Amino acid sequence: MAQNAERVLDHFELFRGPEYQQMLENKKKMFENPRDPAEVERIREWTKTREYRDKNFAREALTINPAKACQPLGAVFASVGFEGTLPFVHGSQGCVAYYRSHLSRHFKEPTSCVSSSMTEDAAVFGGLNNMIDGLANSYNMYKPKMIAVSTTCMAEVIGDDLNAFIKTSKEKGSVPADLDVPFAHTPAFVGSHVTGYDNAIKGILEHFWDGKAGTAPKLERKPNDKVNFIGGFDGYAVGNLREIKRIFEVMGIQYTVLADNADVFDTPTDGEFRMYDGGTSLEDAANAIHAKATISMQQWCTEKTLPFIAEHGQEVVSFNYPLGVSATDEFLMALSRITGKEIPDELARERGRLVDAIADSNAHIHGKKFAIYGDPDVCHGLAAFLLELGAEPTHVLSTNGNKAWQEKMEALFASSPFGQNCHAYPGRDLWHLRSLLFTEPVDFLIGNTYGKYLERDTGTPLIRIGFPVFDRHHHHRSPVWGYQGGLNVLIKILDKIFDEFDKNANIPGKTDYSFDIIR
Amino acid sequence: MSLAKAQSIAEIKARNKELIQEVLKVYPEKTAKRRAKHLNVHEAGKSDCGVKSNIKSIPGVMTIRGCAYAGSKGVVWGPIKDMIHISHGPVGCGQYSWGSRRNYYTGVTGIDSFVTFQFTSDFQEKDIVFGGDKKLVKLIDEVQELFPLNNGITIQSECPIGLIGDDIEAVSRAKSKEYGGKTIVPVRCEGFRGVSQSLGHHIANDAVRDWIFDRLTPENKPRFEPTPYDVAIIGDYNIGGDAWSSRILLEEMGLRVIAQWSGDGSLAELEATPKAKLNVLHCYRSMNYISRHMEEKFGIPWCEYNFFGPSKIVESLRKIAGYFDDKIKEGAERVIAKYQPLVDSVIAKYRPRLEGKSVMLYVGGLRPRHVIGAYEDLGMEVVGTGYEFAHNDDYQRTAQHYVKDGTLIYDDVTGYEFEHFVEKIRPDLVGSGIKEKYVFQKMGVPFRQMHSWDYSGPYHGYDGFAIFARDMDMAINSPIWKKTKAPWKDVAKPRLLAAE
Repeated sequence: MAQNAERVLDHFELFRGPEYQQMLENKKKMFENPRDPAEVERIREWTKTREYRDKNFAREALTINPAKACQPLGAVFASVGFEGTLPFVHGSQGCVAYYRSHLSRHFKEPTSCVSSSMTEDAAVFGGLNNMIDGLANSYNMYKPKMIAVSTTCMAEVIGDDLNAFIKTSKEKGSVPADLDVPFAHTPAFVGSHVTGYDNAIKGILEHFWDGKAGTAPKLERKPNDKVNFIGGFDGYAVGNLREIKRIFEVMGIQYTVLADNADVFDTPTDGEFRMYDGGTSLEDAANAIHAKATISMQQWCTEKTLPFIAEHGQEVVSFNYPLGVSATDEFLMALSRITGKEIPDELARERGRLVDAIADSNAHIHGKKFAIYGDPDVCHGLAAFLLELGAEPTHVLSTNGNKAWQEKMEALFASSPFGQNCHAYPGRDLWHLRSLLFTEPVDFLIGNTYGKYLERDTGTPLIRIGFPVFDRHHHHRSPVWGYQGGLNVLIKILDKIFDEFDKNANIPGKTDYSFDIIR
Repeated sequence: MSLAKAQSIAEIKARNKELIQEVLKVYPEKTAKRRAKHLNVHEAGKSDCGVKSNIKSIPGVMTIRGCAYAGSKGVVWGPIKDMIHISHGPVGCGQYSWGSRRNYYTGVTGIDSFVTFQFTSDFQEKDIVFGGDKKLVKLIDEVQELFPLNNGITIQSECPIGLIGDDIEAVSRAKSKEYGGKTIVPVRCEGFRGVSQSLGHHIANDAVRDWIFDRLTPENKPRFEPTPYDVAIIGDYNIGGDAWSSRILLEEMGLRVIAQWSGDGSLAELEATPKAKLNVLHCYRSMNYISRHMEEKFGIPWCEYNFFGPSKIVESLRKIAGYFDDKIKEGAERVIAKYQPLVDSVIAKYRPRLEGKSVMLYVGGLRPRHVIGAYEDLGMEVVGTGYEFAHNDDYQRTAQHYVKDGTLIYDDVTGYEFEHFVEKIRPDLVGSGIKEKYVFQKMGVPFRQMHSWDYSGPYHGYDGFAIFARDMDMAINSPIWKKTKAPWKDVAKPRLLAAE
């Protein structure tokens, strides 16, 4: 017995003790009917081969370890970014438990969201009664200023009509007739969480701008000098949105951040639970119609929203998760062009500091090969930054990327001498990436927490950038956008590179001649 | 801060009843009437907790419950390590449940073991319109080609499957035949079925019965010679290694564990279980069904046990030994004696730090009652408890063996109710899930996740108890909880007192 009160052994050490090891070995041998270890080893080696890769890439029906989630997750993420807003997902209740858990595991914050708890009878008769009762209960209990409705795949398969259901609910007095209840159909079998983000934002703007589902006059656009900003689905929303607001303020730009969930995903521990915190005010969401332009940081998170906004007479500009020097330059110059405001020296100095840092350190990154996976825009932003650093984003994989994304990535690769041997993989998953990492190895992998399985299997060191990051804390609080954010990303990459240098040069008397104290 | 002992049980009961009335006020009338049946103050001597359970959640209230898919894939089937579990339908369900339950296992992941994987058919619109059976056929072929060492496949239905009329049973039968009788298990655990995870457990149990037990052939015969001391661990999901720190005790007392259901379990173990002499059942809620079936069909008795905290461990070891001869009974006493010094040292270290602290729980399965003894071993008191998806037999067990007079009981609690209860009772610790964790920490109330052990564990067995005690101490006695109020804002709050 190894356990003791003075030094309590956790699972890490406890089960490595001889008693447990013996026990587990006996269990395997006697009862698990295990495969021949030689056969396991043979298959393990086979999965590393080109032959296996070809079979793996020939898959048509099976998805293994995808890097995407479903639409309503994005809708919930967007909805909580509005003042006093309760996301309400119409359909099965288990889905909502999943979205709340998933977001909370990443942000280490509460995620408030309700379900209409549809069950078998609703599958047969439709979920109207669930909507009527659900809206009434939510409104009474949680006093929201707005209830943003989206759907699970159950409600979509049976074809529930949100517009009609919300109307009927209001007629039945579930919620006051003038309560804002925007909606978005968010079928899980179309697109991914980025699509759900897009649909939710569009639904909310449509509600405020186009006459609140026929209950109010449509807003008439009276152009002003403001700029709307949409961040897109972003694991770094907390740090990024605050950084963007700072940049807007430094530039003296009047702005509206739409779906501003920076505060609700970063509330203080001070004795009070804030179910709602911060967020885009409903007034600002409505008045956003008057803005001069809308800027989206993620093209593929706003594919429907931007054309909708453009139809209302605004200029729309989209980026692909701008990271690093040039992408931030373009972002700031676009801001400057749109608003007529000059980019102040303060930001130019920040730029200079990022360039300075890259000049100091780029020798360690130059020529290194990277694999990247994640949402389409995030992949683009990371790849562009790596090219800027003289690194090669050899494999860039996006499960929720499409053909158009692939073309955009290829154009990016073509624009740089460091992109010549780089490839984009739309619609592929992390089991495909495993084959790529074995057959065409790279030096580092960039992705979310699930990448640790690839790190374990292939030995490719993982740099955690993306969503979700469950197993490292608080990185979402620091920005990755802006020059300051670029610096954060640079440091994160460098730290991993230096850690690897040391790890690979620490055997006394063998490899530690390279165990340098100055790098 | 400890409970004020001065307060009488009568006062506590009155206060808790008042709290119930307070929360009911927020609801529309119809909802208040329905919720009232799920909230109660326990009366000592009653045969159950006086709450209704296993009833549909009310729309819009922020229930903490999950779904049947979560109960089947997430709980029962997911941990079976040498089978490939397909999340059949859109991508989300499998994604959100991927690796989050910490079902520990040994094996070469991706080659002969597959627990921390997300296999999905990733339904697209065309699959909804034209049906997914053809895709499933192809998918099984791809699984066979890419993962040749898998020992079986389960098909975990997500909501659309039952709505679009797919025949996953026919596909499973046909493919099983094609692959020489391979175990392929279709599971009808669509998320809209039933009222919570619970029906998913039942459906998953039934699937083992119908698609594994009923299809056993002489070739499936266990490879080991039976002994009179063969038992199976049922209803332990090996979260953080729980089943391992349990198994070791059973083996040390002289029993032989021939199967684990389902943490670190394998198909061979499921198939061998009908040869057990006794099934020992930890999570009654999720696996009583298959235990009863094995009793009826194979004549295997089953016995519930509780490996949280030394008092219940001792009781359980003796209870299990009671089914066997003196050799095992002596073995149980030997195990109890062996671990007594550890128990003594853990209690000596941690009880003084935890004595008199109050706890409110809200969990699923067995924990809202099973962990109470472990807290009491440390001198702590559970003043409120409730279940996500219990049935009345769980509340009977809770009332008859666990909770004290005056304990606040809340079934399928809503976010609003739970927050209000905790805010007013101000327990020293709340034990619940990830969705609740940060809510209460923001309020300045120490918290431990009691589903995932907050990424710690094991909590089962003697080795687990040391970790449990350490974790509760670090949660409650973290210096940070004294700093939640800015010193210039610190004002004393009136504090309501809870049952002891």
